[in-house]
Amino acid sequence: MRIVEHPILDFKRGRLVRFTFEGRELEGFEGEPIAAALHAAGVRVLRRSAKLHRPRGFFCAIGNCSSCLMVVDGVPNVRVCVEKLRPGIRVERQEGHGELK
Amino acid sequence: MRSVEIAVVGAGPAGLSAALSAAGQGASVAIVERDEHLGGQLIKQTHKFFGSSRQEAGTRGMVIAGRLSEAVRGNAGIDVRLGSTVLGYYSDRVLYLEEPDRLSKLKAERTIFATGAAERMLTFGNNDRPGVYGAGAVQTLMNVHGVRPGRRVLMVGAGNIGLIVSYQLMQAGEEVAAIVEAAPRIGGYLVHAAKVRRAGVPIRTGYTVKEAVGEESVEGAVIWRLDEKWRPVPGTEERIDCDVICLATGLSPLTELMWQAGCRMAFVPELGGHVPWHDDDLRTSVEDIYVAGDASGVEEASAAMVGGRIAGLAAARSLGHSEGVEERLAEARRELAALRAGPTGEKIRRGLERLQQGGEGR
Amino acid sequence: MSAEKERRPSDSLLRTGLPAAEDLAVVRPSDERLARGALAVLECFQRIPCDPCASSCRRGAIAPFADINDLPSMLEADKCNGCALCVARCPGLAIFVIDLNHSPEEALIKLAYEFLPLPEKDQVVAALDREGREVGRARVIRVQRPRDKAETPVVWISVPKDLAWTVRNIRVEGNHGAQ
Repeated sequence: MRIVEHPILDFKRGRLVRFTFEGRELEGFEGEPIAAALHAAGVRVLRRSAKLHRPRGFFCAIGNCSSCLMVVDGVPNVRVCVEKLRPGIRVERQEGHGELK
Repeated sequence: MRSVEIAVVGAGPAGLSAALSAAGQGASVAIVERDEHLGGQLIKQTHKFFGSSRQEAGTRGMVIAGRLSEAVRGNAGIDVRLGSTVLGYYSDRVLYLEEPDRLSKLKAERTIFATGAAERMLTFGNNDRPGVYGAGAVQTLMNVHGVRPGRRVLMVGAGNIGLIVSYQLMQAGEEVAAIVEAAPRIGGYLVHAAKVRRAGVPIRTGYTVKEAVGEESVEGAVIWRLDEKWRPVPGTEERIDCDVICLATGLSPLTELMWQAGCRMAFVPELGGHVPWHDDDLRTSVEDIYVAGDASGVEEASAAMVGGRIAGLAAARSLGHSEGVEERLAEARRELAALRAGPTGEKIRRGLERLQQGGEGR
Repeated sequence: MSAEKERRPSDSLLRTGLPAAEDLAVVRPSDERLARGALAVLECFQRIPCDPCASSCRRGAIAPFADINDLPSMLEADKCNGCALCVARCPGLAIFVIDLNHSPEEALIKLAYEFLPLPEKDQVVAALDREGREVGRARVIRVQRPRDKAETPVVWISVPKDLAWTVRNIRVEGNHGAQ
């Protein structure tokens, strides 16, 4: 669900790159937040809460609220609303608090 | 350790204006911004601003952001530090910074906190479901990154943000199912309300969200009516089909750094919550610390820009950069008073009065 | 000006966002002036800090503001020629040019339009009222496309004369803006 044409705005996008989400290959624009690329691909559930395992998603978009913490290349608690998409990264839903290996 | 005369924390409309006015007086300035870009939330404001020509009325917020950023980048007296988060302020006037590749210290004779505000949550069933998004987040997603937040949106809140973002959602190709507003009246400017009404969007004053529907993500919302005492009326529930519930229920000043720095804080609901006490120069109770923009009290961006100018000028003056400063300060104060003079400025005027009385509680 | 300061939006406007007859009565030009040709109608009902309409008017038709929170007023309605500079400039998109002398049966309306796709000249589009309801058809007379995307396009439409006071928006086929 990308906006192709907009009455006021022109979007400057990076080059199209591939990354994986839960093992699935997806595409996004380099340099955009990981959350934007996931959202454009229709992914809305980004993690599950620690106690009740409730689905959580994007919320604040400025790295403030912790709703979008995911595991990126094995590193937990990455705020994907501000973390930039790089080619080849491995993005996974986080369960609970995440573990540092 | 690096040192600078004036550190500005936050590169939104208030911070950029503060940096420009301080540097214009001849002070050496550093702007520290946690994001990777200058302009703060102005960069996603596609609507035209109000105010007078002095505040660039009739110009879209994103264009103003571009002009301010260009002026800052072209100013040799301003050091710009992007991707840098201020972690704390210490009594020897030292800021601790988390920069992209290191931790560092910055000594500043004066600090202006222009840290902005964060969106407020609203309490209702399943309000943590993916698809319940802040209005600012929706703006960022669609206006900065060009991604549609969903297909059909229920907007919660008919203040300026709720009305403006509804209009912007339609410009992005989204359908807006309705705008619900708990208050009995529309809080935002009526011209914004008229724009969304004539595009076919109903505004339901006296309604709020009871719960979000959907197991994994939002598939709808149940709204219900509030009585004159703001109590929900059972039996008035209505189901709205939507895949996004967008919350435009107000902003809270981001003041953690000022709490930590020891500024005297006051709770002033009209200004958005806890704000640092400050005088007409935007100086806080800690004499080397100034505040500007939404962090000093949530208001329109045009007022934030004038407030930033005042804080920058006053901070520069306090360091002896006083050439022509009195006239500039007087002019900025006149502009700010004019912006707040009408009925829509009444709440801010009341809040500032309450602030001088110390606010509620501490 | 004191009378202007007394003027308040109606309760129903504050509740619904739709101007009531009493709100519209105040901004409606006299029949006699309307009969003499195009002029801007300022559908601005609330005192907010904003003055680009007055500063954009090159003919001095819209009175300069003493207080930036003043309501705009068409003090010199005879100076207005319906050029629509203010239509594109108003941050609230609250100004509409009405010309009852467009043709014997039709009135011309110039309105700000910030959605895609923009209509083409001679295209027939849905004419919408202040609630976004289709009340008839409108023919596009002209589309003023700004060179800079950050400026606002102004669309000229013709509608039956009796709809001049009702139509305030359009819907273009394939348009995703209006619903």
